[in-house]
Amino acid sequence: MKKYISTGNKDTRSGFGVGLLEAGKKNENVVAMCADLIGSLKMDAFVAEFPERFFQAGIAEANMTGVAAGMTIGGKIPFIGTFAAFATGRVYDQIRQSVAYSNKNVKIAASHAGLTLGEDGATHQILEDIGLMKMLPNMVVINPCDFNQTKAATIAVAEYEGPVYLRFGRPSVANFTPENQKFEIGKALMLNEGADVTIFATGHLVWEAIQAGEKLAEKGIDAEIINIHTIKPLDAKAILKSVKKTNCVVTAEEHMLNGGMGDSIAQLLSRNYPTPIEMIGVNDTFGESGTPAQLLEKYGLNAENIIKAVEKVIARK
Amino acid sequence: MADIKNLENIASQVRRDIVRMVHEKNSGHPGGSLGCADFMTAMYFEVLKKDSKNFTIDGKNEDLFFLSNGHISPVFYSVLARSGYFPVEELKTFRALNTRLQGHPTTAEDLPGIRIASGSLGQGLSVAAGAALTKKLNGENTTVYSLHGDGELEEGQIWEAAMFANARKIDNLIATIDYNKVQIDGTTEDVLDLGNLRTKWEAFGWIVLEMQGNNMADVIRGLAEAKLKTGNGKPVVILMHTEMGAGVDFMMGTHKWHGVAPNDEQLKDALSQLEETLGDY
Repeated sequence: MKKYISTGNKDTRSGFGVGLLEAGKKNENVVAMCADLIGSLKMDAFVAEFPERFFQAGIAEANMTGVAAGMTIGGKIPFIGTFAAFATGRVYDQIRQSVAYSNKNVKIAASHAGLTLGEDGATHQILEDIGLMKMLPNMVVINPCDFNQTKAATIAVAEYEGPVYLRFGRPSVANFTPENQKFEIGKALMLNEGADVTIFATGHLVWEAIQAGEKLAEKGIDAEIINIHTIKPLDAKAILKSVKKTNCVVTAEEHMLNGGMGDSIAQLLSRNYPTPIEMIGVNDTFGESGTPAQLLEKYGLNAENIIKAVEKVIARK
Repeated sequence: MADIKNLENIASQVRRDIVRMVHEKNSGHPGGSLGCADFMTAMYFEVLKKDSKNFTIDGKNEDLFFLSNGHISPVFYSVLARSGYFPVEELKTFRALNTRLQGHPTTAEDLPGIRIASGSLGQGLSVAAGAALTKKLNGENTTVYSLHGDGELEEGQIWEAAMFANARKIDNLIATIDYNKVQIDGTTEDVLDLGNLRTKWEAFGWIVLEMQGNNMADVIRGLAEAKLKTGNGKPVVILMHTEMGAGVDFMMGTHKWHGVAPNDEQLKDALSQLEETLGDY
């Protein structure tokens, strides 16, 4: 098992903030909007550096989405920031018509996604956003795993032409991917080559998958671990290549099972290479208040559960 | 000076296009289209600074127009075709399979003249405000226009956009409201009373003007006045008094022709009231 070392816990939303500032420095057409959550989204540095390119939308996400679509007409590249719950479900029709169907170059920056938002509870813990966004034609869906990767993803989506949903989170988590990495949209990242099982993970659960992989190695199970940071377009080639080698799969994500990354991988496999699969995710229930670690444990989204799923799926081979 | 008679002639042909398109497919929205025919003719044949032969989404250094109430696509398609964005014959394909003239306007089919999809109501004012902001950031001295149904003002997003445009001092934006006081289910008063629109928009910080939307001379006057009011730190809205179905007597004075197509006999009756000035497609 390849060794991964965290350089210290950091939040992915701060990676977005740093990436946004850098994207703004690289391209003067990058502009930003926020729905009264500048601090939460870590957009302060961009606001301070480029006050004339930042537009406070107030608590009015529908308008923010429409304004961003309009701002692309004439060449601006707007990043719109709010919590994932309000960035997607609340404004689905605005995204659908003014952004996705109209194919506008809007970047939806969605923080505080999933259970690890923590104590605020289920109203704010959206677990359906990946599904909502991946169903929209033209929409790219990205869920990076740590600070460094979120920063790199932010810079990459500014350079990509078209609508993007960029999902990240609130808690401080291990920061283990390379600093100043190049982020390739749509490319699955091999974290550990293995022979017995493939673990596909996205977002915060990539680190959990690595932790699981280390423990599995101690038990003599050689897990291949792949980071699916781009859920749409899905890297079908890399996924099929891996599964044809290992012949069983575990997926892990901080999202509802319905409509998530695992759902996309299961669909790909059932059509092309039917394989035993176990899926880690939230099973058709809302979240609740708690600390991120408590919630990941209660809803079965940590390394321990990934290990159990691996043992179960290997037995099904 | 605008040639009012010429614009009225064009509007007559636009109205013929509308009823013929909707009749042909037995589908579409003639009422609001007819009511806005004078305004749309004035926009595309007199007011907008545009380049219809070299259309780009960005429309750099051009005025931009956004149709927020996308269901009145027949009038939009007619003025776009008649002002040179695409061949007039293409109006035949309205609402047909594989057409660029979708039921509601879209950028997905690359039809010149369309810069955003509309149909789901209430979104166009935000889009227009955003495009106007970009024009300002790009240092352009151009104007962004939008058109909305009055029933559309029932959507909350319109008022979010109204607040935003005033707060951000978007003063290169002129929104027009098709104030015909009817919507699908009946009068706006019965469906969801809009109250006093003038005081509402004024309370949101907008400069409010009014004009008679089915009087070409007054439309030209009103749009000129609106243009003069731009650049003063506030967005401008025109309450445009119109009659749904204007120009076809049996379609006026009722909400029943909002989304209903005329039959063969009704088409004949309608066309007898509208002079063919530019040649039917």
